[in-house]
Amino acid sequence: MTIGFDIVVVGAGPAGSLAALTAARAGVTVALIERGPYPGSKNVYGGVLYARILDSVIPDWPERAPIQRWVTRRSTMVLTEHGSVAMDVRGDAWSQEPHNGVTAFRSEFDSWLADEAVDAGATLIPSTTAIGLLYDGGTVVGVRTDRPEGDIGARVVIACDGVNSLLAREAGLYDGFDASNFTLGVKEVIGFDKAEIDKRFGVRGREGVDIETLGGTSGVSGGGFVYTNLESVAVGVVLSLAGLRAAALRPEEILRRFKTHPSIAPLVEGGELLEYSAHLIPEGGLDAMPELVTDGMMVTGDAAGMCLAAGVFLEGVNFAMATGIAAGETAAEAISAGDVSRTGLGGYRRRLDGSFVLPDHRRFQRIPRLLLSERVQERYSRFVVDTATELFTVRNTAPKVGLWRIMGAARRRYGVRWRDVIRDGFTLIRGFK
Amino acid sequence: MIVRHISFEDRMDTVVFDLSPTPHITVDGDACQGCTTKVCVSVCPAGLFVPMNDGGVLFNYEQCFECGACYLVCDGLGAITWHYPTGGFGVAFRRG
Repeated sequence: MTIGFDIVVVGAGPAGSLAALTAARAGVTVALIERGPYPGSKNVYGGVLYARILDSVIPDWPERAPIQRWVTRRSTMVLTEHGSVAMDVRGDAWSQEPHNGVTAFRSEFDSWLADEAVDAGATLIPSTTAIGLLYDGGTVVGVRTDRPEGDIGARVVIACDGVNSLLAREAGLYDGFDASNFTLGVKEVIGFDKAEIDKRFGVRGREGVDIETLGGTSGVSGGGFVYTNLESVAVGVVLSLAGLRAAALRPEEILRRFKTHPSIAPLVEGGELLEYSAHLIPEGGLDAMPELVTDGMMVTGDAAGMCLAAGVFLEGVNFAMATGIAAGETAAEAISAGDVSRTGLGGYRRRLDGSFVLPDHRRFQRIPRLLLSERVQERYSRFVVDTATELFTVRNTAPKVGLWRIMGAARRRYGVRWRDVIRDGFTLIRGFK
Repeated sequence: MIVRHISFEDRMDTVVFDLSPTPHITVDGDACQGCTTKVCVSVCPAGLFVPMNDGGVLFNYEQCFECGACYLVCDGLGAITWHYPTGGFGVAFRRG
């Protein structure tokens, strides 16, 4: 026997719970299935969770969401072996409404968001893995789960099944799925007294810090991060899978070395390791995205490659939430109109086009690959750090040397070519202008 | 203060797993025999792939993060058959 719902949402992460919440509020029946024992149990993030998108659906989220700290200090750092250059932004106003980013434990945040979907009328079914799609002709009409007699029929399936996206791939929506579009994040959460964290990071109360680095990853393309929870500090590295496979270095060894960098060590040393974790990140950007819709199904969040890795901007959970809302609205609308074909679900892409989701990805289309390139990772970073270090070194053995000469020497030292700088600079300007 | 080094076993002991009775990933030993790179061994963040003297790879699905890195980097065409664990089993991050 097949039980049936109007909509089955696969995966109770931020995309899935908001798809379920939005659709349930629109009056359709929704099953929200989750393979973990609780929502968030399979999820890892690294840095900041931007939640303003929740204003439209859960306006009082700042009072109710289980957050660790409000991020009031956001730092972007270029690391080389012996130094670093940072842009350190202190948004002290971010500690008050309107807040900006937050830090959180995904087990708490994702569970809270799933509870909101349940309050809206969705049925949460945890500890249940979707093992395949059900078809009627070419139309997706439900999912097969690993429960006995576990087929769940639905008029619309919303695949929010995360970065490995077995459902989107089964539906043939990915045109190639390979290592070059992914990074591997590994993270440690280290316990400290709150007072010690406040002192190390220069914050108080619920103020928090997120530091993101370019480089510092033992020659493997990628970066690292350090962020504060209330009584723990998270530190991790994000490594290009292609680079990692070539380097034959173990990820936790790269993380260990990152933690010993003189710019990082004072922030993270000591304490007690509370949890080690790892997760893939879809950093391929627009070029790596699948088809978002097929007959009877939509794909959201990480499953659709909705992750923005553009240097100073590192976002994913907000894209997941926005795609979830758009998919939930579209599904309810298509069901009431009686057309769940890919044409009937066309409102999903239109909503993403009309929001920040696809425009932001288009704007930064070429940035992820540029930032993971050997030029940026090995040459430009050393050029920038050497230039800044030389500029701030006071020798007084001779009059100061001009910036142009300092830059010229550093440029020659690392084989930075003007034509590359101009070309890459143009790519950056096109993204960030 | 001295940076504390912890063993890999202690590191993995910080993670909660509910072990599924059946493996969710299987590795085809014959395909691994002919593989010269064995990149799975160094890439897997949980260190679940161990090279053997006979040229094969020993794999243990316990303590798997379910990340997917192994099948994406695998050079032995189709050596790794990758699924999620049975619902409710596997890794359960508390501070992810």
